[in-house]
Amino acid sequence: MDESVVWLTIVVLSVFVGVEVISKVSSTLHTPLMSGANAIHGIILLGAVLVTGSADSTTTLVVGLVATVLATVNLVGGFVVTDRMLQMFTRRRPGGDGR
Amino acid sequence: MTPTWVQLVHLACAVCFILALKGLAGPRTARAGNLVGALAAVVAVAVPFGYLELDHVALIVAAIAVGGVVGAVGARRVQMTQMPQLVALFNGVGGGAAALVALLELDHLGPATPGFDVVATAFTVAVGAVSFAGSVVTFAKLQELMTSRPVVFPGLPVLFGVLLAMLLVLAGLVVAEVSVGWGVALALAGLVAGALLVLPVGGADVPIVISLLNALTGLTVAAGGYVLGNVVLLVAGTLVGASGSFLTLLMARAMGRSVGNILFGALRGGSTLGAGEASDRPVRSAGPEDVAILLGYAERVVVVPGYGLAVAQAQHTLRELVEVLAARGARVDYAIHPVAGRMPGHMNVLLAEAQVPYEQLVEMDDINPDLPHTDVVLVVGANDVVNPAARSNPAAPIYGMPILDVDQARQVVFLKRSMRPGFAGIENELLFDPRTTLLFGDAKESLTRLVAAVKAL
Repeated sequence: MDESVVWLTIVVLSVFVGVEVISKVSSTLHTPLMSGANAIHGIILLGAVLVTGSADSTTTLVVGLVATVLATVNLVGGFVVTDRMLQMFTRRRPGGDGR
Repeated sequence: MTPTWVQLVHLACAVCFILALKGLAGPRTARAGNLVGALAAVVAVAVPFGYLELDHVALIVAAIAVGGVVGAVGARRVQMTQMPQLVALFNGVGGGAAALVALLELDHLGPATPGFDVVATAFTVAVGAVSFAGSVVTFAKLQELMTSRPVVFPGLPVLFGVLLAMLLVLAGLVVAEVSVGWGVALALAGLVAGALLVLPVGGADVPIVISLLNALTGLTVAAGGYVLGNVVLLVAGTLVGASGSFLTLLMARAMGRSVGNILFGALRGGSTLGAGEASDRPVRSAGPEDVAILLGYAERVVVVPGYGLAVAQAQHTLRELVEVLAARGARVDYAIHPVAGRMPGHMNVLLAEAQVPYEQLVEMDDINPDLPHTDVVLVVGANDVVNPAARSNPAAPIYGMPILDVDQARQVVFLKRSMRPGFAGIENELLFDPRTTLLFGDAKESLTRLVAAVKAL
């Protein structure tokens, strides 16, 4: 199989999976879901690490490091804020009234 | 060639991201899903340090440490009311990072690179920049650093068209010459396009734009993954792109709008109408004691909380008032509009934070049939989601949005800071209805005085 066809296959299947896994979500969870998906694309950090690790000039190194910082803010901040939101959804379960 | 174990780890991480999304879509599994996603991310980022001879490792680790601290502290410190703009900002920096990564990758690609790789790189540069600038403008709108009303000026549609053509030409040049110089030009044009894309969007539609930009960033990450030959980036990016686009459609449907209408409605003109200024038409206002009598002797009360409640940090006081009323024998529920707050589901988060019992939060479709039998509806800091113009006035920007049919209740009480119109910038006829009473003042203060007044009855 042609390598680019393999990539295309992965993309097409991922599209279906992406739509399928969230198709029945209630509007209550839209915000945390958006925030969680937002965190997941912070994985561009991996790309930033790869290109920065092979930087061969000062300029590319600096640009790469900036990309690394930005991507980490996205990744770490995204997961932390999503967790904070979800914490509020789960805390009230036992006993109903937390006060 | 990437070692087999690395490819297997990548596969595992990709699966974890799928599980994370799936988990996030269910209330019981959401938190676990988020943790699975975070774990996969940590593993995926750690892998290259294990098998590649990376340069500048110390600097990279330092950069990660800086970004991690900034992200975590920002996410911990932010008020829950400001969370939408934080998500927008995180999305923006992600898009920016993707654009920078693609520019660096462009620097590596030789003239012999297969055409599709360069196309994907150009796509990432352009769309990443659009996402970055769009998110920053969204942030500024939500943080009220600039007006939240649509910004339109004559010639905007033309300018936008020219810019799109420029983006295509520049992308063509990048692909033809594989040059970083053109890549930078493309990125700059993308920045301007991103800002222009979001400026004409009215404040109430901003959540949809955040979701859309989120999906775009996902696509750039996927394209970046293709160029780098990295399965994790490809799968994670595609997942976010696909689910984000779908989520955008869901949200638009919940608001009764089409995505095209939201993005380009203002460009076509018409949807930017609205008073914007305080109106001086006569309204009936009352003091807390009068409103307390109204509430204290009602059997059925429905509370409609809006963003104004959250801004005033009055969720706890509101819960106190509801408890006092319930103790007097009234049946009280909260009516939650799907887009109450600044994002779908935002109000649920805010009330959950104030420990309002889950059973008292009733969704719009379930409470609407109840409203004609409701004695008093108490609207706290909400406006657009109860504006009957959405049903009756085709010229209104919110026309077609499903609303809470508060106008059918026997009495309506608005707690408002002033007569300024809501986020969508349109006047609410309901305010001038003879059955409507207004209690002016800061929501928290008004509620505190109401609690005292009801207790004194």
